[in-house]
Amino acid sequence: MKPEAGAVAISGRRRRYTLLTRRDKILLALMVGIPLALDVILVWGPTLASVLLSFTNWDGIGVPEAKNWVGFKNYQFLFTGYSQFWPAFAHNVIWLLWLTLIATPLGMLFAVLLDREIRGSRIYQSVFYLPVVLSLVVVGFIWELQYYATEGFINNALGLVKSGHLIDWLGDSRLNLYAVLVAASWRHIGYIMILYLAGLKSVDPSLREAARVDGATEVQTFFNVVFPVMAPINVVIVVVTAIEALRAFDIAFIINQGKNGLELLSILITNNSLSEATLVGFGSAIAVVLLLISLVPIVTFLTRVMRTST
Amino acid sequence: MSAVAVATAPTRPVRRPKRVRPARIALHAFLIAMVLVWLFPIGWAVFTSLRSYGDTALHGYFSWPVNGFSLVNYQTMWSQADLGYYYLNTLVVAVPGVVLTLLLASMVAYCCTQYSWKFNLTVLMLFTAGNLLPAQVLIVPLYQIYLHTPIATLGSIDVGKFSFALFSDNTLLYDQYIGLILINVVFQTGFATFVLSNYMKTITKEITESALVDGANVFRIWWSVILPLCRPALAAMATLLFTFIYNDFFWALFLIETGAKRPITTALNNLQGEFFTNNNLIAAGAMLVCIPPILIYVVLQKQFIAGLTLGSTKG
Repeated sequence: MKPEAGAVAISGRRRRYTLLTRRDKILLALMVGIPLALDVILVWGPTLASVLLSFTNWDGIGVPEAKNWVGFKNYQFLFTGYSQFWPAFAHNVIWLLWLTLIATPLGMLFAVLLDREIRGSRIYQSVFYLPVVLSLVVVGFIWELQYYATEGFINNALGLVKSGHLIDWLGDSRLNLYAVLVAASWRHIGYIMILYLAGLKSVDPSLREAARVDGATEVQTFFNVVFPVMAPINVVIVVVTAIEALRAFDIAFIINQGKNGLELLSILITNNSLSEATLVGFGSAIAVVLLLISLVPIVTFLTRVMRTST
Repeated sequence: MSAVAVATAPTRPVRRPKRVRPARIALHAFLIAMVLVWLFPIGWAVFTSLRSYGDTALHGYFSWPVNGFSLVNYQTMWSQADLGYYYLNTLVVAVPGVVLTLLLASMVAYCCTQYSWKFNLTVLMLFTAGNLLPAQVLIVPLYQIYLHTPIATLGSIDVGKFSFALFSDNTLLYDQYIGLILINVVFQTGFATFVLSNYMKTITKEITESALVDGANVFRIWWSVILPLCRPALAAMATLLFTFIYNDFFWALFLIETGAKRPITTALNNLQGEFFTNNNLIAAGAMLVCIPPILIYVVLQKQFIAGLTLGSTKG
């Protein structure tokens, strides 16, 4: 940033500055300043406040004071004493691995299959994308109708209702996370497909042609030619996937409020600190853990944006 | 950039050697199977929603309706669950939400892409990163802010048993439409700024420069030069933002307390406990809630996809 501002005074740049009147500069400051102030007050401020509150035992009543400061005690209890933390952490990791290793590759596969001249490509795309426009609440409701033990479609179709060997897809704590992940993937796959299709369309067709002339098969062409030049979009897709996994909340909340096998970090935060719950400091410590993990994909994304902007 | 978003497949030499045929058939077979898998859950929900409770109670859900289909569950949902009002709640939040988000985001994107100043990249990154944060990271302090920010009360517009407060009816941001609009706007502004700035980078700065030479001020240039040029991107973003806000569950769940003020998506969850006595009603409720976004998607599919892909691919 610095050398650009000082040494390299591009002529066009200088000209532009002289064009701006004092009034223009004030207008510019307002046009950026007002949205920025809102963003700082309602997004970044609360994020930093979460960090500060995580070192307190504040209960949300009155004003936090010096005596509320407890240092790392919340974290200590979180990692060693709070029985729900590690299961929730593990569920978020499973969520991430499932999306990264199963759902996202499937979305990419759909994109690759549809990115060629086949009849009805548009219709296929529209169908796979359809669940993306639905809210996760509706997705949860729709899949409940599949999963219910006696009334749901799956157990009936498998004949388990007749034979009496019911599988409790949503109630069994060993199964329900995966049942929910199937429902979440139904939505995630179409999203990834659309993002990836846009990327594939921007790949120079002559690259593919050259590979074909060299005798590469379609699979070889994809992995050796197309995939590497798609590096920027691959990063976006990994970041989108990671963020989705960390944000996961709605669908688990709909199914059973995030209990009994569906604990997630996001849900522990709200359970401890909102509405009737008063462990504001403790819930904030969980929020900080989630924040620190989220910074990995966020920073990855920003460095990519930076690289392409400069 | 826009070319990427709405591009059709680049023309490639079409060669169909005979030996590819079986592979083609296998591909279509696979895709058709996937399409059936994809549509089935929705189809099953529609099927369930069109059956009367008496029918399913007698024959179970895994059966063909003896007395045909009926819309009785939809009627029940509409008349007894006040669904119409909840749609109104959503509109009251989503329409101003989309407009304000587009105004704020386009201002920031314009200032950051059309003018070079010291921190323009930093500001863009701040907005982008803010939108990537999980909402749960900031909800705890935000909830406290909402509980403790005084807001003027300005009366309300009453529709039936629902009351739409013009500003606030409890002197707080909490449990208010205005509070819900505010957080949706601010959170989505991050995303919209990122997308619109990608779009505006493709507009040459000479347009702004010559307008400045002609004596227009920066505000005027934004409103009457840049915004019209961004119409395709704004249309795409409006479509996308509307469904984002329509589908929002999290903010309304914690920032709205009164049941009657809940937007439709959150209201649906609320009904789960108290109103839904059978799967038929659940199915009808879910279908009613997803009809508007599906309609928007069907009618404005191009805008929808353009909005999403504008954000991910850079020209």
